[in-house]
Amino acid sequence: MADKKNNPAEVKDTGHVWDGIRELDNPCPRWWLNSLWLSGVVVVVYFILYPSLPLINGSTKGLLGWTQINEYKEALAEVEVIRAPFEDALAAMSVEEILADQKMLNYAIGSSKVLFGDNCAACHGTGGAPAQNAGYPNLTDDDWLYGGDINEIEMSIAKGRAGTMPAHSKLLNATEVDQLVKFVVNSSNGTATEAGKALYAAKGCFACHGADAKGVKMMGSANLTDRIWRFSGTEEEVRYTILHGVNDGSDSKTRVAVMPAWSEKRAVILELTAEAIEDDEDPSEIDWDDELEGDESERLTEIEIKKLAVYVHQFGGGQ
Amino acid sequence: MNEELDKTVNNVDDIYEEVSEWHINVGGIKIVAKRLAGRFRTLKWLGMSIWSLFFLGPYLRWNESQAILFDLPNRQFNIFSITIYPQDIWMLSLTLIFFAILLAVVTSVAGRVFCGFFCFQTVWTDIFTIIEGKIEGNTPPKALKFNNAPWTANKLGRKALKHGLWLLIATLTGITFVSWFTDVFQLWKDLFSFQAPLFALVVIGAFIGGTYVFAGFMREQVCFWLCPYARLQGVMYDQDTILPAYDAERGEPRGRIKKGQEQSSKGSCIDCNVCVAVCPTGIDIRKGQQEGCITCGLCIDACDSIMDKVNQPHGLIRYASYKELHHNARSIPLYKRFRLYVYGLIMLGAIAGIINGFMTLSPTEFKVVHERQPLFVQLSDGSIQNKYTVKILNKTKETITVNFNIEGIEGATLHGLTEMIVEPGKVIPVTALVRVPEKYMISDLSPIVFKGIVVDSDITVEYKSMFMGPK
Repeated sequence: MADKKNNPAEVKDTGHVWDGIRELDNPCPRWWLNSLWLSGVVVVVYFILYPSLPLINGSTKGLLGWTQINEYKEALAEVEVIRAPFEDALAAMSVEEILADQKMLNYAIGSSKVLFGDNCAACHGTGGAPAQNAGYPNLTDDDWLYGGDINEIEMSIAKGRAGTMPAHSKLLNATEVDQLVKFVVNSSNGTATEAGKALYAAKGCFACHGADAKGVKMMGSANLTDRIWRFSGTEEEVRYTILHGVNDGSDSKTRVAVMPAWSEKRAVILELTAEAIEDDEDPSEIDWDDELEGDESERLTEIEIKKLAVYVHQFGGGQ
Repeated sequence: MNEELDKTVNNVDDIYEEVSEWHINVGGIKIVAKRLAGRFRTLKWLGMSIWSLFFLGPYLRWNESQAILFDLPNRQFNIFSITIYPQDIWMLSLTLIFFAILLAVVTSVAGRVFCGFFCFQTVWTDIFTIIEGKIEGNTPPKALKFNNAPWTANKLGRKALKHGLWLLIATLTGITFVSWFTDVFQLWKDLFSFQAPLFALVVIGAFIGGTYVFAGFMREQVCFWLCPYARLQGVMYDQDTILPAYDAERGEPRGRIKKGQEQSSKGSCIDCNVCVAVCPTGIDIRKGQQEGCITCGLCIDACDSIMDKVNQPHGLIRYASYKELHHNARSIPLYKRFRLYVYGLIMLGAIAGIINGFMTLSPTEFKVVHERQPLFVQLSDGSIQNKYTVKILNKTKETITVNFNIEGIEGATLHGLTEMIVEPGKVIPVTALVRVPEKYMISDLSPIVFKGIVVDSDITVEYKSMFMGPK
C-alpha cells in the first residue's frame, strides 16, 4: 500500500513540471499531520484558558483567571513565607543578640543589601565607603563620630545625627586661623607643636573636641588626631571648616552635614531638616511628633533599622 | 533537439522506474516482524539485558542510603562512597565526551551497533512487539486477521490485555527513571499513599506517555523520522565500516528454486523474502544500505537459516564492508585507521581526566572573594584594611572544624575569622578582615595566601588572593 502511494507513476502531482521532473503531491506522514492538528487544538484550549484575544479595553480574561501580576504576587508570597520566621525572630531580638546569632546575622546581612542600596548608598556609597571628599562619613573604617558600638549605630540610623560646629570667621583673626589649621593638620600625623596645643586650648576648641583633641562621642565631635578626616585633610579644607563651621545657621557658607532620622515618618523629614538649617534653627529641636502627626508612613520600620545597623556594623569598622 | 529532449525524458522515466522500487516507510503499514532464533538474536538479548541494570540499580543500597542517587534538590550526586558536588561537574562533561566518542568509534568500525542492540527505542519496541505478537498473532496475516475480525469479548479482552501490559511497562519505566533522582523506597511509599510530589508525577506521566506512544505505536518511525542520532551515525560510516549487507554478486540474479531444478543460472538468493519479514524496521536489505537499517543483524540470522535449508554456505547476508563487497578488497586493519587513533586519544584524555578528578576530589571547596567596594579602607591609625568573604564548602560526610591563617605579607593580621564549623554539604560564608600597618605597606597590590587547616585531619586548603592599598 505504502509502495503504491510512493510510486511516482501512480502518485498525483501538482501539475508543476521542470525539465521533465514532476512535483509529486505525496501526503505528509499521518503521525506528523496528527501532531499538527493536535497543536491546533492546544492553541484553542490555550485561548480559552488564558488571557489571549486583545479587545478594545484589555483582553479576554481566560477561564483560569491567570495574570502575570498574580503570578508575581504568589511568588512574592512564597518568599514571604520563608522570610516570616526570620522576620518574627528579628522583631523580638536586640541588635546585640542578632550579632551573636550566626544564622540571624547571615539573614540580616543578606536581606539588607537592597535596603542599604535604596536608602543609604546614595550618600555612603554601595559598600559603605563614599566617594572621596564627598563629605559623607565612611562606614567601613574604625573611626566613629558617635561610636561604632552596634547600639550607637542603631541609634544613629533611627534618630539621625546633626553635629554642629560654630563658624569662627568672626571669632578668630587670620593668624590664629592659620595656626589652628596647622595644628589640626599636624595633629593627624603626630607633629603638633606645643604652641598649637596652647592656642587650641586657649580658643576653647577643647570644649567640643576634648582636651586631647580626640573628639567627644557624646557630641559627635571629630577626632583631630587620627588619620581619618570627616571632610578633608588639606589645609584649605580644614580652614574652610574652621571659618564656616558645620550646620551653623548663622553662616551661609557653613558645611551641611545631616543624617536624617530613619525611624521618623517618611514624608517631609529631609525637607524640614534643610528648612531648619536655612532658618538658623537646630534640626534636632524640631518637634517631629507634632510635625508628622497623621502621617502613618514610616521611612524605615524598626526591623529594617535593626537589619541596617547590623549590616553597617559588619562593613568592617563595627566595634 | 527533440531527440535530446526525448532522451532526457527517458532518463527521468528511468529514474521514476527506479524510484518506484523505493520503499518509503511513513508508518502506513504496521510492521509485524517474524521472529527467528539465531546468533544476532542472542546478541540482541544480551544487549537488552543490560537494561535490567536500569531497573534494578536504584534498589542498590550503600551505607543505609541509595548507592547511586542523582540528588538534584540537594545539588549532589551520590555514587557509592563518592559525593559529587556541582563544583566537580566537569567530570560529567568528560564522561559524556567519552561516551560520545565511544559511539563514534563503534559506529565507524561496526555501524549502528547502539541502534541495533542497545538503544532504548529498539529495546522497548522489541519488548512491546513480543507482547503484541503473543496476543494478536506474530505473523502479518495472523495480525491482520485478528485486527479485521469483528469486536468480540475475546478480541476486546486481548486488546485490553495488550494495552494493559504496555502501560504497566511504561509505568515501571517512568517510576524507575525517577527513582534514580530520589530515594526509590520513599518514592514507592509516596506513590501508594498518594503523596508523591507533583514534579515526580509529571515526569512519570511524561515517561508513561512517551514509552507507550514511542514503543507501542511509533516504533521504527522514531528511528526513521525523529531520531537525530540515526542520521548522525550514518555520516560516521566509511568504506571500511562493516555493516549487515547483501552480497549481490553472489545472490543475483535472484529467483525461486524448485525441487530438483539446476541452480547454476541463478544466484544464491532464492527470493524467499525472509530477510524482509524479520526486519523490525521493514526494509529490504537487498536494496543496499539505507537509512532505515538499524544494523541489528536479524536478517543475517534469517538468511543463514534459509541457506542451511538449501545447502548453501552462510553469509549471503553478512557483516561486510563496502570495500569487501564492491572492490573485493579487505578492510584496512583497525590499527591502520587514522581516525581511530584520534578518537582513541580523545577517549584516553577524557578517561585520564575522570580518573584524575576522582583521585584529587577535594574534600573541601575553598574560596576567598575580595570585597569590591571599597577595595581598601584606611583606619584611624593609618593601617590599611581589606575585607574578604571566605567560603568553605564541606564535601565530606562529617562536620569539620577549620582554622585559618594568612601568609605572604609581613605584619598582616587576620580579624573576624578564627574557627569555622561546617556541616557536611554546607557552605558557610564568613567575613574576614586583614589589616596591614602603614609601615609594611610596600605596594598597592600584594599577593596574600589564605590557609584553611581542617582540625583532626591532614587536609589543608589554600587560596591565593590580593591585598590592596592606596597607590
